[in-house]
Amino acid sequence: MIGAGIVTMSYIAATVLFILALGGLSNPETARRGNWYGIAGMTIALLATILGVVTQQYVILLVALLIGGSIGLVLARRVQMTQMPELVAILHSLVGLAAVMVGFASFMDPDAHFEGIEHTIHDIEIYVGILIGAVTFSGSVIAFGKLSGRIGGKPMTLPGRHLFNLGLLIGAIWFGREFVLQSAAGGGLEPLMIMTAIALLFGIHMVMAIGGADMPVVVSMLNSYSGWAAAATGFMLSNDLLIVTGALVGSSGAILSYIMCRAMNRKFLAVIAGGFGTGGGTVASGGDAEQGEVVPIEAHEMAALLAHAKEVMIVPGYGMAVAQAQHIVNEITGALRAKGINVRFGIHPVAGRMPGHMNVLLAEARVPYDIVFEMDEVNEDFPDVDVTIVIGANDIVNPSAQEEPDSPIAGMPVLEVWKGKITIVMKRSMATGYAGVQNPLFFKENTRMLFGDAKDSLDAVFKAL
Amino acid sequence: MKIGVPREIHAGERRVATTPDVASQLIEMGFSVAVEEGAGVAASSSDEAYAAAGCELVASAHDLWARSDLILKVRAPEGDEAGLLRPDQTLISFLAPGQNPDLLKQLTASGATAMSMDSVPRISRAQKMDALSSMANIAGYRAVVEAAQHFGRFFTGQITAAGKIPPAKVLVIGAGVAGLSAIGAAKSMGAIVRAFDTRPEVKEQVESMDAEFLMLDFDDEDGSGEGGYAKVMSDEFIKAEMALFAEQAKEVDIIITTALIPGRPAPRLVTAEMVGLMQDGSVIVDLAAETGGNCELTEADKVVQRNGVSIIGYTDLPSRLAAQSSQLYATNLRHLLVELSPEKDGNIVVDMEDEVIRGATVCKDGETTWPPPAPTLSAAPPQAAEVPPMPEPVEHKPSVAGPIIMVAVGALALLGLGAVAPPSFMAHFTVFVLACFVGYMVIWNVTPALHTPLMSVTNAISSIIVIGALLQISSADTVIMWIAAATILITSINIAGGFAVTRRMLEMFRK
Repeated sequence: MIGAGIVTMSYIAATVLFILALGGLSNPETARRGNWYGIAGMTIALLATILGVVTQQYVILLVALLIGGSIGLVLARRVQMTQMPELVAILHSLVGLAAVMVGFASFMDPDAHFEGIEHTIHDIEIYVGILIGAVTFSGSVIAFGKLSGRIGGKPMTLPGRHLFNLGLLIGAIWFGREFVLQSAAGGGLEPLMIMTAIALLFGIHMVMAIGGADMPVVVSMLNSYSGWAAAATGFMLSNDLLIVTGALVGSSGAILSYIMCRAMNRKFLAVIAGGFGTGGGTVASGGDAEQGEVVPIEAHEMAALLAHAKEVMIVPGYGMAVAQAQHIVNEITGALRAKGINVRFGIHPVAGRMPGHMNVLLAEARVPYDIVFEMDEVNEDFPDVDVTIVIGANDIVNPSAQEEPDSPIAGMPVLEVWKGKITIVMKRSMATGYAGVQNPLFFKENTRMLFGDAKDSLDAVFKAL
Repeated sequence: MKIGVPREIHAGERRVATTPDVASQLIEMGFSVAVEEGAGVAASSSDEAYAAAGCELVASAHDLWARSDLILKVRAPEGDEAGLLRPDQTLISFLAPGQNPDLLKQLTASGATAMSMDSVPRISRAQKMDALSSMANIAGYRAVVEAAQHFGRFFTGQITAAGKIPPAKVLVIGAGVAGLSAIGAAKSMGAIVRAFDTRPEVKEQVESMDAEFLMLDFDDEDGSGEGGYAKVMSDEFIKAEMALFAEQAKEVDIIITTALIPGRPAPRLVTAEMVGLMQDGSVIVDLAAETGGNCELTEADKVVQRNGVSIIGYTDLPSRLAAQSSQLYATNLRHLLVELSPEKDGNIVVDMEDEVIRGATVCKDGETTWPPPAPTLSAAPPQAAEVPPMPEPVEHKPSVAGPIIMVAVGALALLGLGAVAPPSFMAHFTVFVLACFVGYMVIWNVTPALHTPLMSVTNAISSIIVIGALLQISSADTVIMWIAAATILITSINIAGGFAVTRRMLEMFRK
């Protein structure tokens, strides 16, 4: 056994290490060290708690740690980089579930003795902790289902869904009051269970109503929730380490959600309210005008264009992840760079299904990260680009976001690929993007369309090179 | 359906209506192709190459005309050619129906269908069939090559040990397809290029090719006519224009004129007087020689020396680059045939409802169908469609009251909480608020490329919630103990998985 003071000091050390871990992510070089800081912080916190607080059941504890740790390592090793959004979602759900379980255990703990206002506050903390945990859990499970394709990506829009949500909220508040009253008299398990059910239902319904294109916001929002759940648990257990860590994670997720919303020019509440991105069901108001013809192109022609270019910009989207085309993209990049052609990547913040999704895929394929740029870094350079390749992206390169004030995606920042000399769009078909908006880019004079699976087409291009 | 490609009989014509490459594509489309022997020799396409592409070679022109359903030519029929045409045949070539009314009459009388490549309307959809543009492009390029041939100096400027060489100055009059092509060619040879055009909308195109656009200060007069061509300008405008040219003539070494107005003699832009102003050794290339010339001293199909200036009046510039122009023309024809055979079965259907086909067809079933009804679209963006006045974006002024109320409610709630909460809670609350701010500061510094690792690492550290379970596992209550054990299990999945996958991702980020 070690003393309480040492446990507290260890917690402070862990807190600092966690902050350093997040701070390290400002740059890929320091990020690797940052990850070790995080691991060290977690180890210190676990050791201090196990040595300083736990008095019994060491065997069960260690067995649980080992089993869980092995499952985690195997998952981490096996997961494909294209499946990262799913993995992140399912891991979020585990945090939510843990928060719920800790909350219930804490409620049932016979050792806890609180009086008067402290009792009430403790009850509210338990209640809030379980509420957030349950929403995180069920929301993440649904997000996992949507991301892995087990549940359709289309938003489920029940009639009167806003009223339904409001009802659930009022129910949660009412049962919270009941719970605090009954808990003071020694009971309260029943309203707590009902509330948990309501929270689970709310989580399911909320994510079901959100369309595929808004998934980056959902994933980062759930990330944020898992943090707030940890923070609420910290209040419940009067543990500063949990509070600090939870607050760090919570604000991180909140900032990510904000960045994603800004990148789509959407209001956070509007995303959460759902219903956007019907996947082709709606006809955009601006899309009725005659669009003209698309000019198709063959793989060998594309190879010839690339071989004679000086500046090439590649704009990947979710389609590249679906086709698993990142490796062949890297080979083409290598071949072009060997010829002295300047190849760069332009990444839109919401490309893919998760913040930073494209960067991870390109990194996996060993594309050097110093030629991968953010939208704002390259958007002004497009007039000098000879060939732009758009791989499986649609809404993020849609000029109507700038040109048509009544377009559903008006005002969304987009990559201005059409200002380049020639743009090659690789697509499976002429279908619209998630926003259901027709893309005038395809009909521009300097746009060429290469239809087909991105990987097969790029294989052919690489051969022709 | 059998396509026949005869040898061009016009004197000096080197082009051919299809190349072996395109012929094999036509065969793929379901046509059979017959080529007169020697048809492509002048355009570097040998009889063997045609045979290898799957074409039938026919010795005599009469034989070829007799056996084909569809005749593809470059030049309009001459001599007895038109007489060979049967009512069931279709002829596609340059016909210039406006300049050749007699030929049009003769073709109509034959009862055959005739389509003129120079009558394809200039709309976006028909760009790939626009043979005039293809030929103009080549003519512009060739004009610069001819100029270089007759110009006694470098185009590009150089500083050498033997002294300084100034770059040649080139003036291109008329920045249509040919003009732009000439600008590009001259520019890439290193010359200083200036261009003039009566249509202000081409300024951007000229400047995009790094040439200087010469402007006249005439605000109201826009020289854009129908179909993207130029129109006749007012006297006043022409006067100012001439003054500008006279000014330029003193300075520039090479003038390339490409000014054409459809269906009219070429405008006189360079007078004998201006030629006199030019330095010895200068060159004028007149692409309008066929319709009278932009230069007063031009003689069609000849190079003449006047006042020390070489004036080139070739009218067959595309033919002088025969392999290239045959290839482009053949491709234009192939695109037209694609439009003509919607069933892709090697048979053509002349659909008079189709704007492009209607425009190109000059006679059909014994009736003259030229000129077609006016095309509806200009190649340049029509003025009217440009900018419908945008509705002023309605600014939703953020109401001042909203945030104030929010802040007030928040402050009251916090004060209320402070009034009732015990000190221990307030201490935790302080830590919470400060941690939120630290998180805010730290996370904004995270590079967007690492947002995914950020999520997985925050995921791992948010499993610090395991501490809660560790606090509970020593509980005497068995239920609580087992709940805690299960919680430890699932959070440790998260801890190990989160950190490991973050590490795996970060390892991949390499320069």
